Amino acid sequence: MERIYLDSVSSKPVDPRVLAFAKQFLEQGCGNPSSLHSVGLEAKRALEDARTKVTELINAENDRTIIFTSCSTEANNLAIRGTALRNIGKGKEVVASAIEHISVLNPMKELQKNGFSLHVIPVDSMGIVDSKKLDEALTKQTTVTSIMYANNEIGTIEPIKEISAIVHDKGLYLHVDATAAAGHIPIDVQADGIDLLTLSSNDLYGPQGAGALYVKPGIKLQPVLLGGGQERGLRSGTENIFAIAGMGEAARIAKDEMAHETERLKGMRDRLIQEITTIEESYLTGHPTQRLPHHASFRFNHIEGESILLNMDMYNMQVSTGSACSSKTLEPSHVLLAIGLKHEEAHGSMVLTLGRSNKMKDISTIVKAVKETVERLRKLSPLSKKGVI
Amino acid sequence: MAQIGYSKKVMEHFMNPRNVGTIENPDGYGKVGNPVCGDLMEMYIKVKDDIITDIKFQTFGCGSAIATSSMVTELAKGKHADEAMEITRGDVASELDGLPPQKMHCSNLAADALHEAIKDYMSKRESSGKTGIKRGKATG
Ligand code: FES
Repeated sequence: MERIYLDSVSSKPVDPRVLAFAKQFLEQGCGNPSSLHSVGLEAKRALEDARTKVTELINAENDRTIIFTSCSTEANNLAIRGTALRNIGKGKEVVASAIEHISVLNPMKELQKNGFSLHVIPVDSMGIVDSKKLDEALTKQTTVTSIMYANNEIGTIEPIKEISAIVHDKGLYLHVDATAAAGHIPIDVQADGIDLLTLSSNDLYGPQGAGALYVKPGIKLQPVLLGGGQERGLRSGTENIFAIAGMGEAARIAKDEMAHETERLKGMRDRLIQEITTIEESYLTGHPTQRLPHHASFRFNHIEGESILLNMDMYNMQVSTGSACSSKTLEPSHVLLAIGLKHEEAHGSMVLTLGRSNKMKDISTIVKAVKETVERLRKLSPLSKKGVI
Repeated sequence: MAQIGYSKKVMEHFMNPRNVGTIENPDGYGKVGNPVCGDLMEMYIKVKDDIITDIKFQTFGCGSAIATSSMVTELAKGKHADEAMEITRGDVASELDGLPPQKMHCSNLAADALHEAIKDYMSKRESSGKTGIKRGKATG
């Protein structure tokens, strides 16, 4: 069986064009951009070229706004801890939505242990942040508010412009984690009103090992890593030129091809949603229209997600799930609980995320595999006696 | 394909579970929920002269829960009820060539469901006044 990879939200293959571009920095070796000789200069040029390409992807004011990190987790940590600790004189309150990635929630919880108060903003059943509750939670003491551009587990796109207006009305900073959204939907940090934005290389089909934080001109952060003062002093450590150059090229390709690729993915996504939700007691999770173009997420009653994942893997199709059994902590996904699902409802979750390798002709094969998987597992389940197959 | 570190045997039982289903008018029935992750397992047994002649299960749970319930039915079938009572989660896991540590709790579920079904049978047997036949030569 040919592989049909449906988990691009977890990891994407490096685009061959990105690899062809960046591999020179592995093969020929690359200098240290901090060195003043010609080899160092070459590395510096590669670094700055990548910075320009990332700047263009999100329409940032200038190249200096982009701080390269090693991944989006690091960028989230820098955004949150960096802002909170730098502005500690102003107040000790931080705000995040209930469906943020753990690399946002955990640094905030850590701050909470150190005397900060954390306000978690609920979302509705489709995953949209409650803007009224957000408005109420913001005070003069709030130093950072973090709301993601789009959610990786349920695909919902947040109304960032509206959220940014609320945050800016109070004169506060908005951090947006765009890890899942960037490259799939147009992001314009200036038009959207974003102060800090997190990006990941691999989510753009670039190599793992690079991420970036956009920092709006004028915003001051306290660095998390200290050392040689690279990246305007905000992220010390010798730059990973191969990964960063790859990230730049990946950003360029994503920008150039976004309009066309989005339409193609949407066509496939909509067919998946339409056909999979014809299965009895199956439901779409997340927003029906405000959703990422490559994202189709579901839940099925009476069956469990890890079994779904294993069963789909037998068809050589790789999916993901937010079920408790599949998590290290044996807790269901906090995102699925936040949209109001009961523990047993979250149990039957399955996330399909499409990518460049997927083709329209595969959709019927995927739907058939999903139907057979659900049917087989329901036959095994004591909960589906009532004739639901 | 090696998923989440499952052995070949686990995957084989997951894909082709033995003894799936229910039994009408079973001699014993057990139902247990997994307190850790909220899963559910049901076990049905038919017993003749204290020997488990038929056994069926249904499971709502992860791959390991399905594989361990399948394995426990294989281990119990044909055994004397007393002997089947002694099947532990360790037996189930080792017959499956091991389970990842974070999945050991699922094998509890399988052993517990079997034990519940046997206890149910024993209490029915007692209340009907029949005495058990002493555990004889192993048949399973
Ligand atoms: S039954 Fe939930 S982890 Fe195995």
